[in-house]
Amino acid sequence: MSFDLLRWYRKNTENDVLVSYLGSVSEDVISSLLDKLEDVLEKKNIDLKTLKKIYHISVEALQNLYHHSDAPKIPKNKSAIEKNVVFILKEIKDDENKSCKYYVITGNFINKSNTRVLKERIDQLNFLSKDEIKILYKLILNNDQFSEKGGGGLGMIDLVKRSGNNLTYNFYNFDSNYIFFTLRIAI
Amino acid sequence: MESIRIEKTRKTPDVTFNADTGKIQIEGKSIPENSIEFYKPLVDWLEEYGKNPQENTEVNIKLEYFNTSSSKCILDVFKKLETIYKNGNNVVINWYYEEDDEDMLEAGEDYQSILKIPFKMIEMEE
Repeated sequence: MSFDLLRWYRKNTENDVLVSYLGSVSEDVISSLLDKLEDVLEKKNIDLKTLKKIYHISVEALQNLYHHSDAPKIPKNKSAIEKNVVFILKEIKDDENKSCKYYVITGNFINKSNTRVLKERIDQLNFLSKDEIKILYKLILNNDQFSEKGGGGLGMIDLVKRSGNNLTYNFYNFDSNYIFFTLRIAI
Repeated sequence: MESIRIEKTRKTPDVTFNADTGKIQIEGKSIPENSIEFYKPLVDWLEEYGKNPQENTEVNIKLEYFNTSSSKCILDVFKKLETIYKNGNNVVINWYYEEDDEDMLEAGEDYQSILKIPFKMIEMEE
């Protein structure tokens, strides 16, 4: 059965949502989502450290969507579902500890051919210890390389480093060319 | 040589590179999608400045947030400063971070360990 994006989005935004977005991604969209996120977080009683973590991870997650979504080339005034990305920030209350857990969830389409590399990369990062992540981060920071997409190759590792948690992901079959890739970062 | 003065925007920091005083400051957020476009002129300026620098160059970095693509560009800025330092000039990088912002302190320490140039970590109280 083919993946139903709208249904997936509805299911994931039923509860606990602070910020959610489904649509195409641009520099302006990222700016306005970050403004909204700052607004929402400022009204809450979150310590500065957690607030900064959430903001940082959101910036990086959104810019990963901007740089790494694969969408078909189509005329500007036409829209295709594959152009859409998802960004969700959730706050889940933990009654026992009287604290909150935060989750950033993203989704974007990628070419089927990129699935394996991406999966291996995340599995590798999840496998590494905190110290190993730190060392790898510094190595990539200092390698003088920028990808053709303008990324520094640090986006995914930064999510692991800052959150201190493993990344949870899923690949949903969309059609013969595209996969919908979802990522969940616990903060 | 001309100085650089750039006002901050939602995604880029306030920048002052003063060729006459040797004071260099980057302050605010640095989270542009295309950070190379923003930092290339700064790196080029330092290349030029390095040919005839002031006796003392003081660098103040007061970043609230920066994204990973900026982090590589900031390293490029620092590498230019390192060259100036290695050529026998006084250069110091003051890395400011907000109280309790361990991630920002750690980011400064990462740069410090990569570069051979005097670094000062300065905690700002709220």
